[in-house]
Amino acid sequence: MSQMTMIQAINSALDVMLDKDPTVILLGEDIGYFGGVFRCTDGLQKKYGEHRVIDAPIAEGGIIGSAIGIGVNGLRPVAEIQFADYIYPGLDQIISELARLRYRSGGDYFSPVTVRTPCGGGIRGGQTHSQSPEALFTHLSGINTVMPSNPYDAKGLLISAIESDDPVVFFEPKRIYNGPFDGDPDKPALAWSSHPGGDVPEGYYSIPLGEAAVVEEGDDLSIITYGTMVHVAQAAVKKAGISADIIDVRSLVPLDVETLKQSVEKTGRCLVAHEASKFGGYGAELTATVQEECFWHLQAPIERVTGWETPYPHAFEWDYFPGQDRILAGIRNVLEAV
Amino acid sequence: MTENSSLHIPRPSARPGDEPDFSYLALSEAGAVRYPDPCTPAKDIEHLAGDLVRVLDDDGVAQGEWAPEIEPAQLLEALRLMLLTRQLDDRMHRMQRQGKISFYMQSIGEEAISVGQGMVFKPTDMMFPSYRNQALFIQRGTDIVDLMCQCLSNTRDMCKGRQMPIMYHDRKANMFSISGNLATQYPHAVGWAMASAIKGEDHVSSAWIGDGSTAEADFHYALTFAAVYQPPVILNVVNNQWAISTFQGFAGGQRRPFAARGQGLGIPGVRVDGNDLLAVYAVTRWAVERARNCGGPTLIEHVTYRGGAHSTSDDPSRYRPKDEWSAFPLGDPVKRLKQHLIKSGHWSDEQHEALNQELKETVTAAWKEAISYGTMNDAPSLDVRSMFDDVYKEVPERLKRQRQQLLDIKGAKS
Ligand SMILES: Cc1ncc(C[n+]2csc(CCOP(=O)(O)OP(=O)(O)O)c2C)c(N)n1
Ligand SMILES: [Mg+2]
Repeated sequence: MSQMTMIQAINSALDVMLDKDPTVILLGEDIGYFGGVFRCTDGLQKKYGEHRVIDAPIAEGGIIGSAIGIGVNGLRPVAEIQFADYIYPGLDQIISELARLRYRSGGDYFSPVTVRTPCGGGIRGGQTHSQSPEALFTHLSGINTVMPSNPYDAKGLLISAIESDDPVVFFEPKRIYNGPFDGDPDKPALAWSSHPGGDVPEGYYSIPLGEAAVVEEGDDLSIITYGTMVHVAQAAVKKAGISADIIDVRSLVPLDVETLKQSVEKTGRCLVAHEASKFGGYGAELTATVQEECFWHLQAPIERVTGWETPYPHAFEWDYFPGQDRILAGIRNVLEAV
Repeated sequence: MTENSSLHIPRPSARPGDEPDFSYLALSEAGAVRYPDPCTPAKDIEHLAGDLVRVLDDDGVAQGEWAPEIEPAQLLEALRLMLLTRQLDDRMHRMQRQGKISFYMQSIGEEAISVGQGMVFKPTDMMFPSYRNQALFIQRGTDIVDLMCQCLSNTRDMCKGRQMPIMYHDRKANMFSISGNLATQYPHAVGWAMASAIKGEDHVSSAWIGDGSTAEADFHYALTFAAVYQPPVILNVVNNQWAISTFQGFAGGQRRPFAARGQGLGIPGVRVDGNDLLAVYAVTRWAVERARNCGGPTLIEHVTYRGGAHSTSDDPSRYRPKDEWSAFPLGDPVKRLKQHLIKSGHWSDEQHEALNQELKETVTAAWKEAISYGTMNDAPSLDVRSMFDDVYKEVPERLKRQRQQLLDIKGAKS
């Protein structure tokens, strides 16, 4: 075991896979010589060479499109998109090609591409460095979508994503790259060494896609969330002085329905939280799934706590971000409903 | 698996610790390139995409057929705008370092492009800038207080606090809203010019893009539409040699100049010394004349160098030699224009120093005024309710409810 930030854990996952599997290739803007704008690929080009850790032109559609071709020709590409906000020029390649190649070719062709990309707000990035577009990807058939909330999960899940023959879009919540964040920007920053998820094995291990993590156990309600919001939910529950199941979905697709079901059947009350806006967001899917699976156990309407339905504003970052106060208000609604 | 790789990986001529090496840059002598009639068919002037139009020679003397006729007063004004921009950049960079603004991008070394081109366009022409065109805003009349207020996200911010610093716009000055997503403005400029042509007007549009961003598909869409419909648009590639850590070879610059990108489509390309205000002005005038008199697009590559870091989040000493700019063969645009004006008897070192001092004070006074409209931490502040405005023309019911929810939560807290 050693202490790692999420950046180091991601770097370690890439390192382990480059070492273990000679077909793994990294491709992305500024990832090679420079080591990435967030340093996730720091040192990897030096270690594995320019032919395996490859700097790319500024063309997200080109990166994903060529990654598909690289994958079809027997290599295993891991593409980095510098910010999730910049993945859109690659959307056609993801939606029309990557997600459907296996299906449309009757199973004869596939491309095991992993697309890594930092997402989420909290770094004063304004509307073009703060987005959480996961719902655009969870809506697709043929692609898996992952978002870890701590270094340990990030490494284990990224290794599974790379090993998977199905394509994965892997979101990295950048606000928690260097430490857990409970939603209060005025508090001093915490280090990952203060969190159990900061203990990360040096070598190979994997966490299967499709398994949620029960982060905390309790009886009053179930909070279903992922990414940065896991930490915000934990802080809110503590503040409320209640006992709640907090479920970190981790793998948005495939979704671990069973874990959600067990929890909500136990508590009878459910709150869903994410940073992305509400309408048509991934929370709608979680809410519908819980309703389908647990309707007869529910004692209150399911509550959603999300970003507002506006672009992410620069000046009002913390009014946009669904922080502890909004979760507390949501908890009150769920608990007070008869 | 990769031991036998034959993939070509572009390598810059120098990395940290190496001697800067610009031997890859094809240069022409000042005055060497002939000036063709602006309506010459594209196929007869293909050499302009590979040559380098230069007017100012090493001694600061204007040479050759491209040397424009500009009144000294206009050149002095251009020098003033370039110096003002540099003072503004210096100030804002320091304010970011002090935590007063969240982010900044300087344009050091690229000021001649915005200012020289700005002198050619009319107020009715439409500009689609990138994030390194602050001098173009200033040239077209945007108050530097307004630029500062945008960076502060304060009560006078034209973006109402919605965008990161430097993502300005100015409707009155016909300066389009800057996007954080690279290259998207290129097709917009072409579309704007198409509308100008459809409406039978003689307004032109112009867009700026970095060398690195030419790799984006939007750049190529724009060229195709410009070639197909021949609208009056001036498309600029600002080749400052670097994207962030990747040099222009990662956008295909090792094979053919960026100015030649349109040639396969029949779009004339001109490669110009972007640090020579006279050359930039002359080439832009040529392209605008072409657009207005014979219609059609021109692609201009401005050869320059990014004198500063990519942004305040960047540390260029990690990927390029520290002293690379000082070895850049096309020098510093401010120094070159100053030298020219001194040489021609219109300027002196003393006047230059005095002007610089005056502009420094102008910027200090502007900053004082800007922060009186609020900062990220100090009142006055924008009204949080405004966050829900302008998503749509009218605020929909859903958003009104969310706005109330936010107010309730904030009210409960305070
Ligand atoms: C679509 C998109 N991809 C990536 C980025 C991140 N990014 C911002 S600026 C930049 C480099 C641009 O280089 P260049 O086009 O040469 O412009 P310069 O900064 O040199 O003026 C990158 C990669 C972005 N803003 N948008
Ligand atoms: Mg550049």
